Amino acid sequence: MEKIIENKNDIQSNFLSTAKADISPSKWAMFKKSFRKNWDLYLLVSPVIAYFIIFHYVPMYGIQIAFKDFIATKGIWGSEWVGFKHFQRFFDSYYFWRLIKNTLGIGVYTLAVSFPVPIILALMLNEVKNVKFKKFVQTVIYAPHFLSTVVVVGMLVLFLKSDGLINQLITLVGGTPIEFMTEPAWFKSLYVFSDVWQTMGWSSIIYLAALTAVDHSQHEAAMIDGASRLQRIWHINIPAIMPTIVILFILNAGSVMSVGFEKVFLMQNTLNMSTSDVISTFVYRAGIQEAQYSFSAAVGLFNSVINFIMLVMVNFIAKKINNTSLW
Amino acid sequence: MQNSASDKLFTLINTIFLLVITLMVIYPLYFIVSASFSNPTYILTGEMWLWPKGFNLDSYAKVFENKDIVNGFLNTLKYTTIGTLINLIMTIMAAYPLSRKDFYGRNVIMAIFVFTMFFGGGLIPTYLLIKDLGMIDTFWVMVIPNAVAVWNIIIMRTFFQTTIPLELQESAQIDGCGNIRILLNIVLPLSMPVIAVMILFYAVGHWNSYFQALIYLSDKGKFPLQLILREILIQGEMDELMKGTSESFLKQKLSIEGLKYTVIIVANLPMLLLYPFLQRYFVKGFMIGSIKG
Repeated sequence: MEKIIENKNDIQSNFLSTAKADISPSKWAMFKKSFRKNWDLYLLVSPVIAYFIIFHYVPMYGIQIAFKDFIATKGIWGSEWVGFKHFQRFFDSYYFWRLIKNTLGIGVYTLAVSFPVPIILALMLNEVKNVKFKKFVQTVIYAPHFLSTVVVVGMLVLFLKSDGLINQLITLVGGTPIEFMTEPAWFKSLYVFSDVWQTMGWSSIIYLAALTAVDHSQHEAAMIDGASRLQRIWHINIPAIMPTIVILFILNAGSVMSVGFEKVFLMQNTLNMSTSDVISTFVYRAGIQEAQYSFSAAVGLFNSVINFIMLVMVNFIAKKINNTSLW
Repeated sequence: MQNSASDKLFTLINTIFLLVITLMVIYPLYFIVSASFSNPTYILTGEMWLWPKGFNLDSYAKVFENKDIVNGFLNTLKYTTIGTLINLIMTIMAAYPLSRKDFYGRNVIMAIFVFTMFFGGGLIPTYLLIKDLGMIDTFWVMVIPNAVAVWNIIIMRTFFQTTIPLELQESAQIDGCGNIRILLNIVLPLSMPVIAVMILFYAVGHWNSYFQALIYLSDKGKFPLQLILREILIQGEMDELMKGTSESFLKQKLSIEGLKYTVIIVANLPMLLLYPFLQRYFVKGFMIGSIKG
């Protein structure tokens, strides 16, 4: 895992250095030489480059409509510049704080619950000596990873609806049924815990891999000193996977504002909107459904800029930690 | 060992915890399977909670009679096969040149790709582009805008770099073998494990995705299975919540109740059959990506 980060930094610094350097004659000569020898490789990669330019960089060019009043007949370029009008409208709107609160709330809640569970799970699985039992548990807990979001939310609805299994159980013990799916207070918890259910097994893989690197002689030495299992987990295993934990934590923390659209959208309905509306679903409604292109592009841009800044910040922190305390 | 008593206690508690977690994951899945074979009345009254009750295959028959589901299934099958094929070809086309040390400019190209992982135009500009390209409501919108994933290019490139011996390629070159032939005759035959991983990554992605279709498709005849599932499982249920239940509605509800569980099974059937491979190769691919990457 550390290597991913290194690699990313590597790629980024590569990007920066190549972007800065002007193409000097010698570089041009090197390219010409390489092209003459490997022209077929350039040919091979060119459709992929074309794909990235068309489907990823052209939309970046289209971002400018966030600062314009986009009119389809005039096109992106021909539409009038309006500066920060759409941003202003968004910041002043009634929805602004609600969206920020919900987006951040779901992100932080997910981080707080979805993040530690796989670590604990991996530590526990690592203690299992019986290979068959371990395999069985892994096979089961990895499975939900392969279910689609639609199926997971569909299952949530089936189990939690007013005459679903959970409410049948509540009625059985004498309680009153709860309308989980439409009750705003339940939305975030349902979102987060169904996420835990779906991802905990899969996310534990990376920690399990890190745990296999623990030196066995350390455990033997600790055993001779009379350390208990818990003590050994606490003093040997956890420190061993700490770098992985820190890196993944930082990466996850960097994406708290980028709550995905897919699941929130499926769990959303008119009754739980007050807690379920996040920036991405708002952009979808305003943009795709109501065709307020410029306004929703501005909202989307606001979100991606925040995400990008957070990511850069997090990367910076990771680098700092990388250099000072961890490695 | 001194701590054998506490050791045993630890093992016991650990095992119990893991069993509880396993049960929590497996029970909902098992319940769906069981419910799909049961009489829907028993599901709604709560009498069916472990074994199928009033065993029947009616709801399976209903799934196959339902034109939307069958059509959605076929559509998804098309999107998945064609889409995965395009993904695989594009990934190889990008990953192989980028894996070659003598390919000048590979860092720039990689940077162009990687930058899109961190920043993008966002939903609306992308939507407008697709609209301008006239791809709305076409087959191609389901397979072209997501033709390749950067992360998978990185995995594949890493695999090429670390597992295919450079000497092998160099000696082929000396023998007068062109780059394309090296790729087709030497590199790819040695890369079957990573190709399998890629196929599974992409195929599962296509099979499970609904976002692309939600945004770009309005013709119901082109809907993938996931959108049909959404209508049946989520929207149907929400409507019910909003409108309340009337007498005639109840009958209709009963007939569709069994269908919901069954359609989940049918939608995940390919996944269920492939699961042993999925698990093995996914973990493998995940590892190539994270450890060696």
